[in-house]
Amino acid sequence: MRLDLLDRHSRLDSPVHRQPAAAKLFVAVASVLTTVLLPVSKPAGFAIVAAVLLIVAALSRIPPVFLAKRLLLLEPIALGVAGLAVFQPDGWRVFAVVMVRTNLCLLTMILLSNTTPFAGLLSVLQRLRVPSLLVTTLALMYRYLFVLMDEVGRMSRARASRAFSVRRGTAWWSQAGIVGQLFIRSTERAERIYAAMCARGWQ
Amino acid sequence: MHIPDGFLDAKTAATAGALAVGGLALALRQVRIRLPRRRVPLMGLAAAFVFAAQMLNFPVAGGTSGHLVGGVLAAVLLGPSAAVVVMSAVLIVQCFLFADGGVLALGANIFNMAIVGVIIGYGIYRTVRRLFAGLRGLVMASAFAAWCSTVLAAISCTGQLASSGTVAWSVAFPAMANIHMLIGLGEALITALVVVGIARARPELVEEGAPPQRYGEFAAFGLLVALGLALLVAPQASSFPDGLEKVAATLGFEHKAAAAPLVAAPLGDYQMPGVKSATWATAWAGAIGTVVVFALAWLLARSLTPKSKDDAPAPRG
Repeated sequence: MRLDLLDRHSRLDSPVHRQPAAAKLFVAVASVLTTVLLPVSKPAGFAIVAAVLLIVAALSRIPPVFLAKRLLLLEPIALGVAGLAVFQPDGWRVFAVVMVRTNLCLLTMILLSNTTPFAGLLSVLQRLRVPSLLVTTLALMYRYLFVLMDEVGRMSRARASRAFSVRRGTAWWSQAGIVGQLFIRSTERAERIYAAMCARGWQ
Repeated sequence: MHIPDGFLDAKTAATAGALAVGGLALALRQVRIRLPRRRVPLMGLAAAFVFAAQMLNFPVAGGTSGHLVGGVLAAVLLGPSAAVVVMSAVLIVQCFLFADGGVLALGANIFNMAIVGVIIGYGIYRTVRRLFAGLRGLVMASAFAAWCSTVLAAISCTGQLASSGTVAWSVAFPAMANIHMLIGLGEALITALVVVGIARARPELVEEGAPPQRYGEFAAFGLLVALGLALLVAPQASSFPDGLEKVAATLGFEHKAAAAPLVAAPLGDYQMPGVKSATWATAWAGAIGTVVVFALAWLLARSLTPKSKDDAPAPRG
C-alpha cells in the first residue's frame, strides 16, 4: 500500500469528511453542473462557486499544498484540449472561459475524492441500483489497484537490478514484457481470489 | 484524450451520456449471461491491470514518453463486452478518484474510449484475424486494430468537442487526427509486443480469453456506435453547422424541416475552399496512413514471429 498517496486524505476527520457520501456526491455533481451551465455573461456566478469550494477546502483540513499540487498535475490535460481553441476566431475568450470552468470542476472532484472514501461512493452506486457486476468490478479494481501498482514497481526494480543499462530498442521489449507478465499474474491472482471468495460463501 | 468538465455543452454531454449508458448496459447484460462465474473476479483484476499498465512509461524520442491505453488489448484478451465493462470501470475510477476526465464528460469519455475504441477495434481485429491465421495473424490484427482504435476514438472525441462549440472542427480535426495517427503507432507497437509476449508464455490465455461472440450481440454494439458517430461526428464533417441543433429544430419546428435540408444538402462541403481543404487533406492522409500502417503491422508481425521461435529476442528481465 505504498501508493495510496492518491486519495490518502479521504480518511481524515473534519466536518466535511463526516457528511454522508451520498450528500457529498450529490453536492459535487450539482456544483459541476452549475459551473458548466452557468452563462458566461454572469462572471459573479463563477466567483460564488469558487468561494464555496474554497470554504469547503478550508473546512476539510486537507493541506492546501496538496490540493494545489493535484490541480497542477491535471492542468496539462486541460491546457492541451483548450489550446486547440486558441486557433480560431475569438479563441482566447473561449480559452479563458473553458479554463475557469475546468479548474472549478477539477477542484470540486479533487475535494470529493479526498473527503469521501471510495467504498462510500460505491455504496451510493449500489443504492442507486447500478448493476452489481459493475459495482463488484469497481470494488475489486479499487482493492487491487495498489497491489498491482506495487507489483509493477517490484518487477521494474527487479529488471533494473539485473540489467546494467536499458537501451531504447530493448526498453520497449522489456516494458511490454512487464505488462504481459502483469496480465498473467493478474489472471492467476483472480483465480485465487475466486477460490477464496467461494470459500467464504460468495454467490 | 480524457475530456475534462467544462469542454462539452449540455446537449452533447447528454447525448454521449445516453449512448454510454446504453452501451454499458448492453455490455453488462452480455457479460452476465455469457461470462463463467469463475471469471467474475477477473473483471476487477483486469481493470486494475489496465490501470496499472497505463502507469508504465515507454520512452519516445526527446525525453518524452507514451503509455498504453489498452482498449484493444483488453478486447483481444477478454472479448469485446468484457472489455467495454473493464475500460468503463477504469474511466469511472479515473474520474472519481483522480479527477482525470470530468463527471459530466464521463459519458463522452466512456463512449469514445470504452465503446468506440473497443468495439470498432475488436471488429477490425476479428476481420484481420480471419484473413491471416496463426500467431502472425494475431500480432498483425492486434497492432492494426490498436492503431485504428486510437485514431477513431480521437475523431469521436473531436466531434464531441466541435459539436459543443468549444473548438472549430476545421482546426481540431487535422490537429487531433494527425497527432493520434502518430500516438496510435506507439499503441499498436505496445499492444503487439504485449500480445506476443502473453501468447508465447501462456497461449491459452489469448485463445480461451475471448469467447466467440454472437453476431447479433456484436451487431447491437455496432448499431450503437454508428448511431453515436452519426449524431456527434458526421454533422461536423459535413456542411451542416450543428447536427444536434438541426435535429432539435427538426423535431421542434416541422415546417422548417422541409426547407432546410433541401437547401443545404446538395451543396455539400466539396465547394468550400480554404478551411475545409485541411479536413480533406487530413482525411486523405488518414486513408494513406491506414494502408501504410496495415503494411507496417504485417512487417511487425513477421519480425516478431520468426520461423524458429528459439531465435526470437526474448524479453529481458
